[in-house]
Amino acid sequence: MRERHSVFEHIDWWLVIIFLLLVVMGWLNIYAAVYDENHGSIVDMHVKYGKQMAWILAGLFLGLIVLLIDGKFFSQFAYLIYIFCILLLIAVIFTGKEISGSKSWFQFAGIALQPGEFAKMGTALALAKFLSKNETDIRKRKELFVAICLILFPSVLIFLEHDTGSAIVFFSFIFVLYRAGLSEKLVIGFVLVPLLAVLSLLINKFIILGFLFIIALFFFLYSKRKIRNIILISLVYLGSAGFVFSVDYAVNHILEPHQRVRVNVLIGKEIDLKGAGYNVNQSLIAIGSGGAWGKGFLKGTQTKYNFVPEQSTDFIFCTVGEEWGFAGSFVVVGLFIALLIRIILVAERQRSRFSRFYGYGVASIIFFHFMINIGMTLSLIPVIGIPLPFFSYGGSSLWAFTLLLFIFIRQDSYRYELL
Amino acid sequence: MERVYANRKFIVIGLFLVIGLAYVIRLFFIQIVADKYVLSANNNVLRYITQYPARGLVYDRYGKLLVYNEAAYDLMVIPKQVKNVDTAELCRLLEIEKKDFVERVEKARNYSPYRPSIFESQITRENYGYLEEKMFRFPGFFVQPRTLRKYTYPIAAHTFGYIGEAGPEVIEINPYYKSGDYIGISGVEKSYEEQLRGKKGMKIRVVDVLNRDKGSFQGGKYDTIAYTGTDLYSSLDADLQAYGEQLMAGKKGSIVAIEPSTGEILCIITSPSYDPNLLVGRIRRTNYTKLLEDSIMVPLFNRALMASYPPGSTFKVVDALVGQQVGVLTPETRYFCPGGFPLGNGKKVACHSHFSPLDLRQSIQHSCNTYYCRVFKSIIDKRPFTSTRAGYEIWRNLVMSLGFGHKFGIDIPGELNGNIPSSNYYDRYHGKNRWTSMAIISLGIGQGEIGITPLQMANLAALISNRGFYYTPHIIKAIGKKDNLNKEFLVKHVCGIDPQYFPIVVEAMHDVMEAGGTGFASRVDGIEICGKTGTAQNPHGKNHSIFISFAPKDNPRIAVAVVVENAGFGATYAAPIATLMIEKYINREVKRKDVEQSMISGNLLNKGKVIDQ
Repeated sequence: MRERHSVFEHIDWWLVIIFLLLVVMGWLNIYAAVYDENHGSIVDMHVKYGKQMAWILAGLFLGLIVLLIDGKFFSQFAYLIYIFCILLLIAVIFTGKEISGSKSWFQFAGIALQPGEFAKMGTALALAKFLSKNETDIRKRKELFVAICLILFPSVLIFLEHDTGSAIVFFSFIFVLYRAGLSEKLVIGFVLVPLLAVLSLLINKFIILGFLFIIALFFFLYSKRKIRNIILISLVYLGSAGFVFSVDYAVNHILEPHQRVRVNVLIGKEIDLKGAGYNVNQSLIAIGSGGAWGKGFLKGTQTKYNFVPEQSTDFIFCTVGEEWGFAGSFVVVGLFIALLIRIILVAERQRSRFSRFYGYGVASIIFFHFMINIGMTLSLIPVIGIPLPFFSYGGSSLWAFTLLLFIFIRQDSYRYELL
Repeated sequence: MERVYANRKFIVIGLFLVIGLAYVIRLFFIQIVADKYVLSANNNVLRYITQYPARGLVYDRYGKLLVYNEAAYDLMVIPKQVKNVDTAELCRLLEIEKKDFVERVEKARNYSPYRPSIFESQITRENYGYLEEKMFRFPGFFVQPRTLRKYTYPIAAHTFGYIGEAGPEVIEINPYYKSGDYIGISGVEKSYEEQLRGKKGMKIRVVDVLNRDKGSFQGGKYDTIAYTGTDLYSSLDADLQAYGEQLMAGKKGSIVAIEPSTGEILCIITSPSYDPNLLVGRIRRTNYTKLLEDSIMVPLFNRALMASYPPGSTFKVVDALVGQQVGVLTPETRYFCPGGFPLGNGKKVACHSHFSPLDLRQSIQHSCNTYYCRVFKSIIDKRPFTSTRAGYEIWRNLVMSLGFGHKFGIDIPGELNGNIPSSNYYDRYHGKNRWTSMAIISLGIGQGEIGITPLQMANLAALISNRGFYYTPHIIKAIGKKDNLNKEFLVKHVCGIDPQYFPIVVEAMHDVMEAGGTGFASRVDGIEICGKTGTAQNPHGKNHSIFISFAPKDNPRIAVAVVVENAGFGATYAAPIATLMIEKYINREVKRKDVEQSMISGNLLNKGKVIDQ
């Protein structure tokens, strides 16, 4: 082991700089979103930007501590941290405070903490730990099962807290499993099955069958024309057809009417302009009205006059779109993509399998949040309330993402200490 | 061993890039390509508040205020802010039912829960007084000031016209008007709409999601102020107008008085009429329907401009002028009257008893039918006119040069052409060139197809008093300032009759009044009036009583035409009424109280059949 000061020599400054940029831009947009001419002070702890400033400073402090912790700590205590997170998730079900419909908050000393946010980090650590064992082969059914259990356990607990958005994020770990060697067919199936289910509710079933037939024909023409392949293609085709009909039947005949409405709203078949639809519509108006260069800092009318709900948390990207226009939106999207690619590249240079898989876990979580959150404000994805990493207002989310990223930065800076 | 899968990083990075690119493309389309979001955003926060200017005022020729504005209030509602309203009290104040209240709030909510809609329009100042004290009990309601048109005197309703909300058909073709704006619909309000309306202003306010005012948009950079409408100076003599309406009470008909030297209309009366204050504000719709549905009185029909009457014997002065101009008539021309003009088929145009033969001057004084049948026939049949048609066209063109058979272009909408039939009409009726002067002989005494409006009759009197010219009759003499004369009415129209032929006709019309002529009973001491009676046969019942006149004979100041429907001889009603008007205008007071009283009290409404328009 080398001396302490070397930690900073091997830090990946790209990650740190992008992180800082995102946090500062996030704060500026929160400031704009809740800005009120009559309320001047920046450090006022009664307004959101004042609090967020405190969260940021505390988050930086946490990040610094992480960088100073021994490099082996996180791999050695990965399971312990995971178990600790699970215990918190269970505890919050019984003792938690209900905030806007989800019972996922601990409250003490005036600070509300959401263990669900930290559970993502715990799961990423535990999954990386499990996959980094030499004997683990994800292609084996038993070990795949264990990995999936590690992922689903916290997800189900969070689902029970009625925080569906955060629960869905755990599906992002499919990237980690994919990188660890999960069969491509399973990954594709994992993506295609839900897609087919949604499509079968949205589009005329016979059109889908037609498309599936063309795809089957394509496979048939480009595969070796053995009896086995023909039978396989036919079976998959018939199976898909049966799946399409059964999903439709299940939704329209088995589900209760109110459940059916929820499904329809989720897939965008029913537009609810007073509820979720209103938010998306106002969000689109905010972003769309930004034009090429935006309306200018603090000049967004949609955000300033509260037309966009949840504008400092889930819909923070609206403020970016409205006040900074296409230019600003492009920069933010670009920074996220740069961050994600940098994480993957850094992960790939790790000698430690733990660090690499953890890196993939970090990228997966940030990517999912990024994709769902911005996709939602752009009306490309149904409204699922999860924050935009480093941007959205909220201590738990900011701290959790800071820890998540800085543990990875710490692992990376530690790579030379390994043989 | 997972090194084998190192290439999978490209798949993962590729996926990140695809999603990132997809979002950038989406952003490009909604932020740069589409512009509807900018509109929607402005729609959300900007409130365009129209500043309504006051309409221009209208004064009479002596500076009396005739038309003005009174403050009125629209009660507006913002449905989202309606909370704990004392509904019963509000309904009581507005005199509406509880279910109206619910309906109106619901209608407003359907338009927008956050934006103001009109709940009750044009509440008068008195009613607003009661409302104002209690406004704090009606959260979500507020008042927006508007103006109501008011009329100082209940006169000249048809002339002023009325205003109403601009309909969709107007809004579609004229971008100035928006829903809820007022526009002149008839009368002067319509013809001078552009001057009277002024210019609307616009304030742009910014509001938040709860419609709370957040100040002006960009410091009021795009706000515009409202300009008050331009005032109009009418040529109307309010007293004379009121007096004429009083005289015509209980009668159907019209009085038009013109100042010959300018063409300015001194009064223009149509009867039956109505109080212009009835067609104002909230009561307009119900009252308008009531007036519209009155098929017996037809109060909305402006007889002065729109009723076409046969002029009867008043038309003889026209024949006298045309006959001289064509050269078939001299002051010495005499015709023998055997009590009528034989039509050749055993019938005749009857004439009353008078001495015979008469010369030109006497023929007007005694209104001899035979004389004018002969004059007319000699005009039409004059050689070298090659045919009846050619002769008729000569006659017709000269008649039309006197202001008949076409519109003047007066500044009150609705003016009628009247009717001087074309030769083609007679060709169609009798066959081409198969008609002679005898077939149309009744035109010579102002009967037959001929149709003249009271305005045209008054203009004829003005033209004769001017000895051969007239100015387009008009009601608005100046715009904005008293001396800013309406230039389009300063053009002198010279008729086709040589001035030298007028004095004999003027003298004859003077004889009508003074030398024991048909208007003798209506003469006024001290005023040299010239006049001509007419008794028009018509299919609507008893004859129309008609009179045209001007005074004084030299340097005339007023020309008056009066038509009283179904009132019999011209001398019985039209002549006394016309001379009372002259007396009133020139002397400013009427001494002949007995005549005045009998005219005012004369009720002739049951003497005619229902007029069919």
